[in-house]
Amino acid sequence: MHLNRVKDKKISLKDLRKNFSEFEPALTPKEAVEESNRCLYCYDAPCIKACPTGINIPSFIKKIASGNLKGSAKVIMEANPVGASCARVCPTEELCEGACVLNNASLPIMIGNLQRHATNWAIQNSEQLFQAGEANGKSVGIIGGGPAGLSAARELARLGYEVTIFEAKEKAGGLDTHGIVSFRLPQEISLWEVEQVEKLGVKIHTNTKVGRDIPVEEVMNNFDAVVLAAGMSKVPMLGIEGEEAEGVFDAIDFVENTKTPPLDQQFIGKKIVVIGAGNTAIDAATCSVRLGAGDVKMIYRRTESEMTAYEFEYEFAKQDGVEFRWLTQPIKIIKDKAGHVKALECVRMELGEPDDSGRRRPTPVAGSEFSMEVDAVIKAIGQTRYVNLIEELGLEHNRGVVKIDMNTHQTSNPKVYAAGDVIFGDGQGDAMVVTAAQQGKLTAYAIHKQLITDEATLESV
Amino acid sequence: MADLRVNFAGIKAPNPFWLASAPPTNSGYQVQRAFEAGWGGAVWKTLGEPILNVSSRFAGTHFNGQRVVGFNNIELITDRPLEVNLQEIYETKKKFPNHAVIASLMVEPKQEKWHEIVKKVQDVGVDGFELNFGCPHGMAERGMGSASGQVPELVEKQTYWAKEAAKVPVIVKLTPNITDITATAYAAVQGGADAVSMINTINSLAGVDIDTWKTIPNVAGKGAHGGYCGPAVKPIALNMVAECARNPEINVPISGMGGVSTWKDAVEFMLMGAGSIQVCTAAMHHGFSIVEDMVDGLNNYLDDKGIESVAGLIGQSVEKYSDWGHLDLNYKVVARINNDVCINCNKCHIACEDTSHQCIDMLTSENGNAYLEVREEDCVGCNLCSIVCPVDGAISMVEIPNGEPMTWNQRQEAIKLPICNS
Repeated sequence: MHLNRVKDKKISLKDLRKNFSEFEPALTPKEAVEESNRCLYCYDAPCIKACPTGINIPSFIKKIASGNLKGSAKVIMEANPVGASCARVCPTEELCEGACVLNNASLPIMIGNLQRHATNWAIQNSEQLFQAGEANGKSVGIIGGGPAGLSAARELARLGYEVTIFEAKEKAGGLDTHGIVSFRLPQEISLWEVEQVEKLGVKIHTNTKVGRDIPVEEVMNNFDAVVLAAGMSKVPMLGIEGEEAEGVFDAIDFVENTKTPPLDQQFIGKKIVVIGAGNTAIDAATCSVRLGAGDVKMIYRRTESEMTAYEFEYEFAKQDGVEFRWLTQPIKIIKDKAGHVKALECVRMELGEPDDSGRRRPTPVAGSEFSMEVDAVIKAIGQTRYVNLIEELGLEHNRGVVKIDMNTHQTSNPKVYAAGDVIFGDGQGDAMVVTAAQQGKLTAYAIHKQLITDEATLESV
Repeated sequence: MADLRVNFAGIKAPNPFWLASAPPTNSGYQVQRAFEAGWGGAVWKTLGEPILNVSSRFAGTHFNGQRVVGFNNIELITDRPLEVNLQEIYETKKKFPNHAVIASLMVEPKQEKWHEIVKKVQDVGVDGFELNFGCPHGMAERGMGSASGQVPELVEKQTYWAKEAAKVPVIVKLTPNITDITATAYAAVQGGADAVSMINTINSLAGVDIDTWKTIPNVAGKGAHGGYCGPAVKPIALNMVAECARNPEINVPISGMGGVSTWKDAVEFMLMGAGSIQVCTAAMHHGFSIVEDMVDGLNNYLDDKGIESVAGLIGQSVEKYSDWGHLDLNYKVVARINNDVCINCNKCHIACEDTSHQCIDMLTSENGNAYLEVREEDCVGCNLCSIVCPVDGAISMVEIPNGEPMTWNQRQEAIKLPICNS
């Protein structure tokens, strides 16, 4: 995100919708052409290597410069089935733009914005960029219609598979549709990507949670292969007194509520505390500001240097006027008579010796307890796993992190493959949308190798 | 402060930057604005029998987002009555007595026509004439402009006729639409020209609209070839100036033009023998004020080099321009990459690998850093890598000692084989 490109940073209390419209303006056609002409068209370009999905970035940029926007969008979406969303949500400073050779000479190319420009063209021109492959007679069931599931589905459909996605929510798209703040990623972008996949003949059963709305065995028995791409679940409990109070929110739910109208008016002028300092915590804090909250604080038991949010997210929150309270641990939520949050009791922390994660362990400072008045508390201290589903499927896992063979993408059950956040953790993978997209693709190819290529090889023997 | 004044074949001007005969010098209003902006002279838009112009006349060539790397026009000579132009020339010269006002002329190739127009224009007090033997479009179909400028005999004769009546210097402006420009330059000298100027525009079709399939520009759906100028023609113009400058039989001053956009371009033309510089496209692209940096930049350049006046520049590189047969076959340069400056775009590698001599390796150092290295023994010193390199100072072409100089001509002499004169 290029905050310097944003002209109107004011928060409106009269029209909350305005606060949730896409924050950074799209490139004008002139900006796009000028910026694309600045690209050096490197050979063996480092930006390609820095992209988890390996988009041929110089190629799509050259096509913008030459006026071939359809070709440009196709290069992007070919490598990344959720390339329009990634144009907006990728931490480009850490990926493609961070690798741009112009970092050392002038300014890196705005790759994310150019990607947004090209994919916007495809969205506005209703282009169907890909076709389904000739049916090969095999079927795949996918649990979860988020980036990993959609990506696997798109590639499998192109390879001729009959693909069915089971999506628990009303709309597919996963985090891109429900979990990423609207001012970064408007929902219609993600829904266009869903539609692109559907147009290849992929069936998406929404409101269908596997294990609740359809038995696990049915999914296991009806397909030649199954992909588990269910993502992650709710924010865990803080484990402190008063947590059940009215006015305590799960950050994921909180953000999801802002994705579909109407916007909640109840936070205007209120005091909100967000617990945590990751990217979701930042999202909850900036959403709070945009819902009109009068005072938004983030509290974190470690310090600025240990926070896991991206640098640009942190900058963004600071610009939105979010206050940060480091070395602060919540210990109790105090309710009023009606059972609503009234205050948050905290204790100051200090950093000791490094813990297992290599970060210095925070410990409470005796006698430093204090309390702050609050109207709402938002928990953003990570996400739990769909352990029940994983166990019903009978898959090996480590505290909800599904174990896979990184070469075949198979779980402990060779018929079941896994991709996306379900395999993220324990040093495995990354929590980015773009990583999930790549894992989805690779899973599709792995399935194809198992079901078709190996079979063909066997036949030819 | 260097002395920028020029005395070009007897025509004096406060600086060498003159507006070329073209749309910018169409009227007294424009030329006076130009002089106020700092131009040292102006060649008035060609006078002759007033013509009729068409609507939609110009087209630009744009490249990679850069506008007007080239410029094409199908406009003809002045479309205003001669009397109006003469009145305005008179007024302009009266207001700016120290600036050079030169009248461009084009009439049918007849002695009496040349006498008539030279006398009429001379009476209002111009500093010189420029005979337009160059315009490639429109007028050429009527036997004027480049049609007469492509025939050495006609060039010589018309120059002679103009000189018969002229009391002020006569410059002959040459067309580049000819195989060897020194042939017509020589003809002009034979006809008594006091100077030559070059280049006029090059035959061109700016483009075809890929949606309507019409030419660019088009007049009611049809097009005709125009004249091409602007930054892209500079190398062509510079060669023509240099070829004339190094020809001992073309011993008159040269006014150089063709793609001059900055003081640096002007310095190059001067080093190759131009005694004054004419500019059009750059002014049409940016307005008259661009002359300010041309003057300022040239002045600072001369001061930096310790040169007192522009005269100290003119022709200084001419002797360095020769024939291929005089180039030293034993001279060797090789590319060397400065990895402290290199940004690892690998453009040099792929250019060399795909299109030249496969001598730049992409390597990884012991600490895992990518770097590029030239295998000097395989490098032919073609310059391609340094041309495509986007960062100044990352690639230098380094001279390698390689024995005594030996030109192709010397070599052929030595091995006593017939010399190929092609």
